[in-house]
Amino acid sequence: MSRLIELKNVSKSFDDAAVLRHIDLYIRDKEFVTLLGPSGCGKTTTLRIIGGFETPDEGDVFFDGKKINDLPPYKRPVNTVFQKYALFPHLNVYENVAFSLRLAKLPEIEISKKVKEMLKIVNLEGFEKRDVERLSGGQQQRVAIARALVGNPKVLLLDEPLGALDLKLRKDMQVELKKIQQRLGITFVYVTHDQEEALPMSDTVVVMDNGVIQQIGTPEDIYNEPANAFVADFIGESNILDGIMHEDELVEFAGHTLHCVDSGFSKDEPVDVVIRPEDVDIVPAGTVPLSGTVDTVTFKGVHYEIIVDVDGFKWMIQTTDYAAPGTVVGLRIMPEEIHVMKKSKYSDLYGDYSTYFDGLDDGSKEEKTKDEK
Amino acid sequence: MKNKGASLTARLAAAPHIVWSVLFIAAPMLFVLYYAFTDKEGGFTLDNISQLGNASYLTIFMRSAAFAIVATAICLIVAYPLAYAISRATPKKQKIYLMLTMLPMWMNFLIRTYSIMAIIEDTGFINTLLTSMGLDPIHMINTDGSVIFGMVYNYLPYMVIPIYTVLSKLDTRLLEASQDLGCTPFWTFVRVVLPLSRSGVVSGITMVFVPSVSTFYISQKLGGSNFDLIGDTIERQFQTAYNYNLGAAMSLVLMVLILISMAVMNRYSDGEESVVV
Ligand SMILES: Nc1ncnc2c1ncn2[C@@H]1O[C@H](COP(=O)(O)OP(=O)(O)OP(=O)(O)O)[C@@H](O)[C@H]1O
Ligand SMILES: [Mg+2]
Repeated sequence: MSRLIELKNVSKSFDDAAVLRHIDLYIRDKEFVTLLGPSGCGKTTTLRIIGGFETPDEGDVFFDGKKINDLPPYKRPVNTVFQKYALFPHLNVYENVAFSLRLAKLPEIEISKKVKEMLKIVNLEGFEKRDVERLSGGQQQRVAIARALVGNPKVLLLDEPLGALDLKLRKDMQVELKKIQQRLGITFVYVTHDQEEALPMSDTVVVMDNGVIQQIGTPEDIYNEPANAFVADFIGESNILDGIMHEDELVEFAGHTLHCVDSGFSKDEPVDVVIRPEDVDIVPAGTVPLSGTVDTVTFKGVHYEIIVDVDGFKWMIQTTDYAAPGTVVGLRIMPEEIHVMKKSKYSDLYGDYSTYFDGLDDGSKEEKTKDEK
Repeated sequence: MKNKGASLTARLAAAPHIVWSVLFIAAPMLFVLYYAFTDKEGGFTLDNISQLGNASYLTIFMRSAAFAIVATAICLIVAYPLAYAISRATPKKQKIYLMLTMLPMWMNFLIRTYSIMAIIEDTGFINTLLTSMGLDPIHMINTDGSVIFGMVYNYLPYMVIPIYTVLSKLDTRLLEASQDLGCTPFWTFVRVVLPLSRSGVVSGITMVFVPSVSTFYISQKLGGSNFDLIGDTIERQFQTAYNYNLGAAMSLVLMVLILISMAVMNRYSDGEESVVV
């Protein structure tokens, strides 16, 4: 697949504050790419540079191999679904969707055919005459998608299009969006700060923080082989520990040296070790090297979420086995579940669940990144 | 206060307003109605109204309307770009430009009109300047042009402010959406900015047209005795001819005409924001 859009060493500042730093990124034809990162990390700015609403201070933007830094938005074969939809309040649903077709001076029959077709795709048949301001959030959002898609763009840019919807509708729309993308064979560049949205929909995920790309990869790569502590923490739950890589496939952490499957580090290199909560098994104490005391147990439906204190470091473990608070349990970890990462500036910021409180989960992640800036 | 359940305090709070409305709005209207349909002896008659069908009065009505329409059109043409430019400036500059626009309104209306006189008179500021430079003086005062200029000058801010108000509230993301969908800046203006500022334009037109069509002071000072506008004629009925009945009939007809034109305008504003008079 060819490189449809490419950003090369793109940097952007607003009022001397660097918002994007040396972004290198390419997007292939018909790919579903998600820009994922906490609020304020520069996702919208990246999208606006692709859409032509901002020009990079440094670096170049290419479309189909041609440099398009100075091409105005109305000449780019790229359409946008804006963060808050930006529907035209003086036009009804039909005219909003027909907006770009009218510009092309198509005959009315053709316009009508295309609009109807598009409204059918987004499940809004019969809404033609409605006033857009009287539609629900989900309906407005679908009008915005129809309006952006009807002109047959090569690329659709979507800026947190599901942000204003409730959970149920969001899940339904995720499935619908993915279907639309596959059916029409259009490249999607999707912005979200919600990792649960990014993983199921995307072909490629671009994790950003503070204007810097942290990792680019498939959802599986990002989840299973996070590049650093930030990615490990931002995508799902992680226990992140200090470790020392004694030699290939042998790592020491939490006071024990265990076998792993990673290699390529220098001898005795300090590293970060990531272990996902669902990869730890609770076994009777003494049968495995690692053990700790159960702190709290929370029933989550499918599994229990158990916080275990191992010499002062609190682990989060997700398991279907119950263990009573106060009991001493063993923690069994398979070598392939131990992920070793190079140290980064994010080391020691994440991964300990000693201050973990369920209700604040989402917010606390954003807090942490803000403090760190 | 249609609300039946309105509390006593709410009614008491509204009392001054009601008294005011009765004294200064309803009562004068009733007087106008009374005089318009009675003769000097107080008997009912339609003579006052039917007199207005007279050719000379018709001419005056037509002329007033024509002057007001031209003045309103010029105001619109000048005010729209001005309001647009102000609304696109930085917030700090917007305040300054707005103040400059409204500055003339802080001066008394009569004084403003007198100063225009002093500037465009045959021996006024401009012509003194021209003659001193050895050029021929230009006759400006007491023409159609000077009256229309007076209207435009006096009422321009009433056009700028409502248009500026809607334009400054215009969501810039709509402009971006329009460009995103392929519209050049020009077509974005035509297809998004213009339709979304219609309510401001309608307010502006009303606020300029109504005082222009009924003015008498501007036409007296800047138009001399060459021609009468409807305002002059009404004023004369009360001030010199002492024909209150005819004056009231004219006021009534003018009022009805204004109400009709406002109703027509309102249809164009989509009923979004009702016209402020
Ligand atoms: N036009 C602008 N002028 C000044 N600062 C800006 C401008 N646009 C964005 N910024 C700043 O750039 C940073 C990144 O903004 P951006 O909108 O790209 O973040 P984001 O990742 O989309 O965040 P969110 O998830 O909250 O939408 C923020 O700190 C923001 O305040
Ligand atoms: Mg954003």
